[in-house]
Formats: sequence, C-alpha cells, structure tokens
Amino acid sequence: MNNHLPISISNVFEKLRKNNKKALMPYLTAGYPDEKTFIKLLKEIIKNGADMVEIGIPFSDPLADGKTIQSSSQIALQNGTNINRIFQQLGELENRYKVPLIIMSYYNPVLQYGISKFLKKSKTAGGFGLLIPDMIPDEGIAIEDKCRTFGVDLIYLLAPTSSAQRRQLILKRSQGFVYLVSVAGVTGARKSLPGKLNRWITQIKKESRLPVCVGFGISDLTQAKSVVRVADGVIIGSAIIDIIKKSSGSQEVVSNVGRFIGKIRKGMDNVKS
Amino acid sequence: MEQPNKLGYFGDYGGRFVPETLMAALLELEEGYKNALKDAAFKSELKRLLSTYVGRPTPLYFAKSLTSKYRGAQIYLKREDLAHTGAHKINNCIGQGLLARRMNKKRIIAETGAGQHGVAVATIASLFNQSCVIYMGIEDMKRQAPNVARMNLLGADVIPVDSGSQTLKDATNEAIRDWVTNVETTHYIIGSTVGPHPYPKLVRDFQAVIGRETKIQIKRQINRLPDQIIACVGGGSNSLGMFYPFIKDKSVKLTGVESSGNGLNTHLHAATLTKGKPGVLHGSFSYLLQDKFGQVKTSHSIAAGLDYPGVGPEHSFLKDQSRVNYVSVTDKEALSAFIELTETEGIIPALESSFALAYAKKIAPTLSKKYVLVVNLSGRGDKDLANDEVASLINKRLKARQKKGRE
Repeated sequence: MNNHLPISISNVFEKLRKNNKKALMPYLTAGYPDEKTFIKLLKEIIKNGADMVEIGIPFSDPLADGKTIQSSSQIALQNGTNINRIFQQLGELENRYKVPLIIMSYYNPVLQYGISKFLKKSKTAGGFGLLIPDMIPDEGIAIEDKCRTFGVDLIYLLAPTSSAQRRQLILKRSQGFVYLVSVAGVTGARKSLPGKLNRWITQIKKESRLPVCVGFGISDLTQAKSVVRVADGVIIGSAIIDIIKKSSGSQEVVSNVGRFIGKIRKGMDNVKS
Repeated sequence: MEQPNKLGYFGDYGGRFVPETLMAALLELEEGYKNALKDAAFKSELKRLLSTYVGRPTPLYFAKSLTSKYRGAQIYLKREDLAHTGAHKINNCIGQGLLARRMNKKRIIAETGAGQHGVAVATIASLFNQSCVIYMGIEDMKRQAPNVARMNLLGADVIPVDSGSQTLKDATNEAIRDWVTNVETTHYIIGSTVGPHPYPKLVRDFQAVIGRETKIQIKRQINRLPDQIIACVGGGSNSLGMFYPFIKDKSVKLTGVESSGNGLNTHLHAATLTKGKPGVLHGSFSYLLQDKFGQVKTSHSIAAGLDYPGVGPEHSFLKDQSRVNYVSVTDKEALSAFIELTETEGIIPALESSFALAYAKKIAPTLSKKYVLVVNLSGRGDKDLANDEVASLINKRLKARQKKGRE
C-alpha cells in the first residue's frame, strides 16, 4: 500500500471487514509520560497491530476522565505539551497516513485554538477523526459543518443512559463510527463490564449505518474478546496509561505497552463473530 | 425576550457541554422542574419551608452606624446571613431538594467551596431523608474547617478533592464525575448559577426570592427603589438572585463585585468577568480565566466561595448587555470591610460578602446622603474564623487592644 495516500476511517473498517477482523484502537495521552516517549509509544502500538489510535489532547479539567487519564493529562501539561507541539510531532511521523488518528479533545481547547485552524492542522497531522467528550449533537451543528469542510469525521458518544430518541439523533449525526460508552461513568479500567452490554451493542448495530466501537473500562484481552464478538472494534485507554505509569522511568515502558497491544491483537483476531 | 432560550442560552452564553451520559438526567430535570412549577402542592411546600424552616423573609436592615462611618450614601443590608444555615445557599437547596424528592432520587451530591453550599445541602438531605456526598477541595477544607464539621455532623460524607487547584473548580469536576457514574439514582445540587442548562436558570429562579423580598422591603421603608444594589460574584448565585427581579428597573444601578485577590495585575485573582475570555467549563459557555490554549487557570481569592475561574452564563450576558457593572476589590480591601462591619454593626459577615461591603465602602463616601445603596449580605462569617489570615488579624487586634489597656 502507498503509505502517503491518506486512508479514511471508513477505509479501515472496510478492509477489516474483508479480512473478517475487528478494529483495535488504543489510546495515548499526548505528551505522556514525556514527549519523546509518547512518540515512541505511538510507533510501537502501530507496529503491534493498532488499526487506529486515539490521541488525547491533555486538558486541565477532564471531567469525563477517571484518575488514570486525569493524572496523565496533568503530567503532560506540566511537561509543557500544547496543541502546537502535538500536531508538529504527529506531523513529523513517517508513514503517518497509514493508521488514522482519532484526536480526542475537550471542547474548550478546540474552541480557543479556532475550530477551523484546529481541524486543518489535525488533518495534516493524520487526525482523521475528532472526538469531543463534552460535545453532544445538540450543540454540534457548527462544528459538524466545519468537520465536513476539512474532511474530519466528528465522532459522537452514545451512552447507556441515552433514550431511544437521543440514540436516533446520535446515530444519525455521527461520522466515521459510533463510540459506545460501555458503562455510565468516567474512563478507567474496570474489573467487569455490565452483563447486558453485548445485548445493547447488538441492538445498536441493528440501527446503525456506521461501525460501532466500544470504549470506557475495557482493560484486558478477555473483555476485548467478549466485546468484539458483537462490536466492530474496541478502544483501550486507561489500561495502557496504567502500564506506562507502572513502568515509568524504566527502559521497558515502550516494549511493555507493545507486548500488551500485541497480545490483544492476536487474541482478538482469533475471535469468531 | 425571556432568558434563557429553550436550549439554555442567555444571548451567546450557556448551553450544554456535557458527556452524553448526563443528557438523560438534564432533560429529566428540565421536565421535572417545568412540571413542579405547575404543581400547587410543590409551590406551597416550597413557600412553607422558606418561611417556617429557612426563616424568610430575611430582614432588610438600615446600617445606621456604618452609614455614619462612611459619611455618604445610606447603606441597607439584605440579611441573608440570618437565613437558616447562615447564607443564601439554602434557598436553592430547599428548591432542588424538593425537586429531587419529586423525581425519586434518594442520593444527593454537591460541590462546595466555602462550605456554605455543602452545609445547606447536608441540611436538606437530613430534612428530606436523602443520602448525601459533598466534594470539597482539601485547600478549602482547611480554611473552612468549621463547615466541614457541620457537614459531618449532619451526616454527609465530605470527600476531599486533591486534584488540580484543590478548590471549588476541582470539587465541581469531581462532583460531575460522580454524577456521570451514579446518574440514575442521584441528583446533583449545583450551588451556583453555573453548569449546563437548566442549572443556571434553576438556581437563579430559586435565589430570586432575595431580590423579590428586597424590592417589597425597600419600598416599604423608603417608599421608592434603591439607587444601587451591590453583591459579590463568584459563580454568581447570590448576586443573580438579588439582581434578577430588578433587571427591568432601569433606574436601579446593579453592581457585581469580583475578587481581585492580590491584585488584577498579579496571577492571583478570581476576576473572571474583568479579566477572562469566553470559553467552556463545567458544561456551559461563559467568561473564563484561561490561557491561550484553553487550559483553565487557577484562580485565587481569600474567600473560598469566590475562588472560581468561571462564572454563570447569565452574568456574561448581563456584562455584554451592560446591564450590570462588574468591578473588583482585593483581598486586603475585603478584610478591612469584614472588620469594619463587625466593629460598627456587630455583624460578622462572610468573607465573600465582605467583597460587596468593601466596594460599598469605596463608593459610599463619594455619594450624596440621599443616595440609597443596598448590599446583599450573602452569608455570615463564623466559618471564616479558621482562615489563617482572619485568625492572625483577630490576634493582632486583640494584642493592640491589650497594649492600649496597659498604657
């Protein structure tokens, strides 16, 4: 494949479908544990089989995040990370268009940077999707229009508490894929997922024209395998940040994360749906 | 036009910038409030509790000694410090507590800065037999220790918040995280006119009793409306409650006083409307203290209740409309007003309210004796005696008195 030809989020899902595989989407906080290691981690998880990577822009007040991602954001900000530096670093990556990046940012940093400027730089850096945890379709009309202009998919979250009416709204307005929040709550690894989860995913899949991916709380291979029996992909965030934190300062931080992703990839690919 | 509109906007400000998980609860609350307003039983219960439990109407007091001391405008104090629990916060809590009961939510959570809102929430949770969790920054727990003890006594769990600035902003983040997690069983009582729609409207409506009473009382006492009303602004609930019924009375000048902490030219202040720029925090679009990348700055004020980098969206609207004039005074000025009210009138004001008093002190001498100023005395100051700066000030004055006695 020509690495310089941008591929879109829908291309990724198309290819996965053909190969009868599900999407693995790890999350990293930009600038964590430091700027250099962040880029090494990004390369390593791509090498170990990530189909897309969610990149969190650190924010001072991440109210949808649990302790793990909160503290990674705080450290990244203390390291002096900012949007300019993040886009610059991502833009310098070789093969940057091979794996689409999903940029996750709270709304205020996007708004203050300038929505159009943010989207333009994001796209150039390989950010094909934008996920704003404090943005709902009711407030999103203006930003959706701009996303279309710049060819960036705006991904909305769908929650277990969303009514049937809100579910229709979100499924209609999402671009790229639909992000299902597995449980009512903030991000963070959980020992168990709700028993009804797969029934809910199946229901959403019936109604959705877009691929359906599940995030929040998915922390190990068993959970990932269970979810992709029905969903089109998984997002794994806090579990990775936990590994980085635990191996912080050691030489093995990058290889530890790579091994974890590799294991999930292999395990997921053996699941029959 | 009626503010806010259906989507919760006051002009350009407000809205709902929240995780989708909360939307069901916000819509339920909006609907629940609408229905409650049509329910005669709800309204009469609210009225009964405000009168016989809270002690409303609170008096409007002519501060004769303070007026003589400042040699100018006549100063009237709206005595919210005399409401049950010692501040205006209870007005909103009674209303939201009744709403929570109607919506069958048995668990109540809240954030608190000065602890006055936390105490009011713990109080109504005890009254309505609801379980109660209060989030409070550890920095605030230290400087408002008496209120922490009161909340504990009332049966609330006070959860210390050690993230970020360890004050009101982070306590609010933590309360929202709790709500996202327990949204189906829990009602979140926001204490100020901030947060996603419908909170800014809800809190304003429940606090507007302050201004409605003031209007009746001042007419009764001086047979006309006042010339100016002054209130402190943190998130903005006591001020909006006071101002709202006067918005259409164009002859009444409305002044909101922010905390400029160590000074507007330092980084240590909480003057959001004076120095901030519109942005999104805690679910609404409003003025905000932030850097150029949209990271929220840490505010500073000696008054924990004003130590907040955001402000309610309706205040942003009123600022842009120039209906309310927003000014600021420093911690030092507020402390001296705190002492002066105590010594001249025998009323210990909350440090928050002392910012409004400090502005009255500044302008009263420049105004004629016919000019009438109303200051909203939003709370009492007992809680502030644990504050290091207040304690050392008391000590210094005590020593000076003893020295004078010996001479």
